[in-house]
Amino acid sequence: MPVVEVPLEKWTGKIREVTLGGNGRKRVVVGGEATLPFLHFEGSIPNRPAIAIEVDDCQPAWSPHLTAAWGDVVADPVGWAKKAVEYGADIIALYLKSADPDEQNSSAAETTKVVDKVLSAVDVPLIIYGPGVAEKDNEVLVAAADAARGQRVALGNCEEKNHRTIAAACIASNHIAIARTPIDINLAKQLNILISEVGLSPNSILMDPTTGALGYGIEYSYSIMDRIRLAALSGDAMVAMPMICTVGEESWRQKEAIVTSGVPDSWGEHEQRSLLWEEITAVALINSGAGILVLRHPKTVELAKATIDKLMAR
Amino acid sequence: MALSGIQIYKFLPKTNCKKCGFPTCLAFAMKLASREVELSLCPDISEEGKAALETASRPPIRLVTIGSDSKKVEVGNEVVMFRHEKTFFHQPGLVLRISDTEPQEVVTSRVSEVAAYSVERVGLQLSLDGFAIQNKSKEAASFVSCIETVRAKTDLPLVLISDDPGAMGAGLDKTAKSKPLIYAATSDNWDKMAELSKQYQCPLAVYEPQGLTELAGLVEQVNKAGVEDIVLDPGARGFVDSLSLFTQLRRLALRKSFSLLGYPLISFPGEGAETLAEEATLCAQHIAKYSGIIVLDHFSPAMAYPLLTLRLNIYTDPQKPMRLEAGIYPINEPKADSPLMVSTNFSLTYFSISGEVESSRWPCWLVICDTEGLSVLTAWSAGKFDAERIAKAVKQFAADKVSHQRLIIPGRVSVLRGELEEELPGWEIMVGPPEAMGIGPYLKQRWAG
Ligand code: B12
Ligand code: SF4
Repeated sequence: MPVVEVPLEKWTGKIREVTLGGNGRKRVVVGGEATLPFLHFEGSIPNRPAIAIEVDDCQPAWSPHLTAAWGDVVADPVGWAKKAVEYGADIIALYLKSADPDEQNSSAAETTKVVDKVLSAVDVPLIIYGPGVAEKDNEVLVAAADAARGQRVALGNCEEKNHRTIAAACIASNHIAIARTPIDINLAKQLNILISEVGLSPNSILMDPTTGALGYGIEYSYSIMDRIRLAALSGDAMVAMPMICTVGEESWRQKEAIVTSGVPDSWGEHEQRSLLWEEITAVALINSGAGILVLRHPKTVELAKATIDKLMAR
Repeated sequence: MALSGIQIYKFLPKTNCKKCGFPTCLAFAMKLASREVELSLCPDISEEGKAALETASRPPIRLVTIGSDSKKVEVGNEVVMFRHEKTFFHQPGLVLRISDTEPQEVVTSRVSEVAAYSVERVGLQLSLDGFAIQNKSKEAASFVSCIETVRAKTDLPLVLISDDPGAMGAGLDKTAKSKPLIYAATSDNWDKMAELSKQYQCPLAVYEPQGLTELAGLVEQVNKAGVEDIVLDPGARGFVDSLSLFTQLRRLALRKSFSLLGYPLISFPGEGAETLAEEATLCAQHIAKYSGIIVLDHFSPAMAYPLLTLRLNIYTDPQKPMRLEAGIYPINEPKADSPLMVSTNFSLTYFSISGEVESSRWPCWLVICDTEGLSVLTAWSAGKFDAERIAKAVKQFAADKVSHQRLIIPGRVSVLRGELEEELPGWEIMVGPPEAMGIGPYLKQRWAG
């Protein structure tokens, strides 16, 4: 009988471990893999991908169906964060959207109060995102970093243009920077180097290689993550950071997830379609190396957790 | 793995007799290596040389066809582990399982619904590929009648599922011309199943859950019995075991040229899942990670649409984003005074807008710039969708079509407005909504008003 010997890759690199929380707060460790996603037969995978649930500091203008899944809490970031923990969030991803000049333009002092409240309301680690507007991002994130001193939160986004400010804030208060680049392995590596040069330890960096949703660029994200993971396992320590994917935000932006009527019958029933839009985006990306998924719908969270349980079972 | 010219040369007669039409054996070997010619052009090659070359030069994963010429799925012949290394070539066939214990009316209506299902995306019609018919009743008569019921409604490819060679034979008798996949040869019945596969010239699935060594052993026996068109089922059903085994099988085929396992794979996500959503999720994993034929147990449009979209995405050639020709595209029979918009030539971008405009029923002109297949923001960031290019395209394509000077630009590139006003003197540059979804309401408010 022919004897089958499964070829094992001899990886020389390993994904860095990044720890969020701790110091009285629950600790979440991501990364640490010595092989490709879930290939337990080849190398150790010490930590499971973590689920972060998005919580906004002002009522989001989401699809009614998604908002309804959360109920009244969407008007209150504290209640929302607590409920998200009940629904299984390993991490709360707090978006300080109210600081957006096109929204309430709230000040850093105001957003910091929210950060404080959420930090005391839940015992899971936090990711804190600015409104995505350069100037304001720096303002609110620097203030948030200070307020969250000792809690080891992750701050995003840290991009080429603001990396000095964010990295410095992370160094000052021992936080993690979320380094975001637009689907390009070289840019990703370069940004990690730049951030390290400012003095932030590579063990305090998460990479966001930019998420494209199912049907809207997922194949680019999927492949760039494959490439980043392969490079890291082949020994390139400057791309060996765990990856974070903003799956909820991207999926729920798409027409397939939002629109309930006036679409072809072949799109099928709205609730199931919208959930699967988020879930399938998520499952494809954990298969190409995502270490943290930021999700929106409670049911997707449940399903993604069940999937991860199964993928982590040996 | 494909052989190099030098490796092939070793097996040729080395006489440089030119009968193949090439000046030397080496020249011919080079052409063989690039697959431009057939080995049969050399009349003098020895039997051993021929056998060695045929085995060595065959694709690492065999291309297997299920179905007849008119309706078929081709799977296998993949050459990479990761799509960025080249591309994935043959997307997995998605088929729906029907059981022969279900009432005839139920079968008829499900098959009609699924066979007729198709969803449009980026100008393509996406649909399921066929059906799997399971002999759950364990009776040949019910199997045959179920096959007939399905066939009465569709000529899509089939997978016939039974471990009873008697029932399988009876079933094949009804539909052998359409070349269904026989599922499956096992350690108990492989000789009879291999016989059927040869007799009816249908591909054969080999099921062996004991391990890959046992699976390879069974394939070897089936090969010896004369069957080459094989699909493998290593028995994995859940998330982690199928990921591991399918990865191992593809590595063995590609990295080790392990020909006994160099065949496409079949999977059954419904068997490893507890809910419909989980079945869809596992199916998604199978699409990304190496399945060739995926047998679903449930169907709903809301489940099929995202899965078909994922399949399209994963199997798109990473070197060539889907794109269309630059030019002006009329939507809803526009006239000279209809709205004029501009966008990029990335298919996804184009079809997002054209779909919205169509359903809004507004007659419109859409100027498409050549942005090398990049979306609006990507192209803008890469300097391929700037005021100069847009102005040039508008002048080139719209001049003889519209009678007005108002141009709607995508909301995401509102920054281009000022520059465009300079490039197109006298024009009113209107900033449209950021998402295609907003186009209908926008036109109603802004164009009419
Ligand atoms: C996939 C992707 C890529 C792919 C390319 C995909 C492609 N074929 O275009 C790759 C990986 C190659 C890529 C590369 C780059 N990318 Co890119 N990419 C994306 C991603 C994830 C999705 C883009 C997409 O496909 N969208 C879907 C299409 C349908 O959207 P769209 O074309 O905008 O069309 C919509 C609307 O604009 C509207 N619309 C379209 N036309 C019209 C017309 C009118 C009249 C109206 C009213 C509306 C309208 O309708 C559509 C549906 O709503 C986005 C981030 C994201 N998540 O969205 C980043 C993104 C677009 N990329 C970005 C960048 C910077 C780049 C690079 C320049 C990075 C670099 N420095 O190398 C390169 C440039 C490429 C090059 N040099 O060749 C940035 C742009 C930043 C900015 N705000 O300007 C983004 C936003 C990521 C980010 N957050 O940083 N990218
Ligand atoms: S026909 Fe065969 S032997 Fe003659 S030159 Fe061609 S390859 Fe060589």
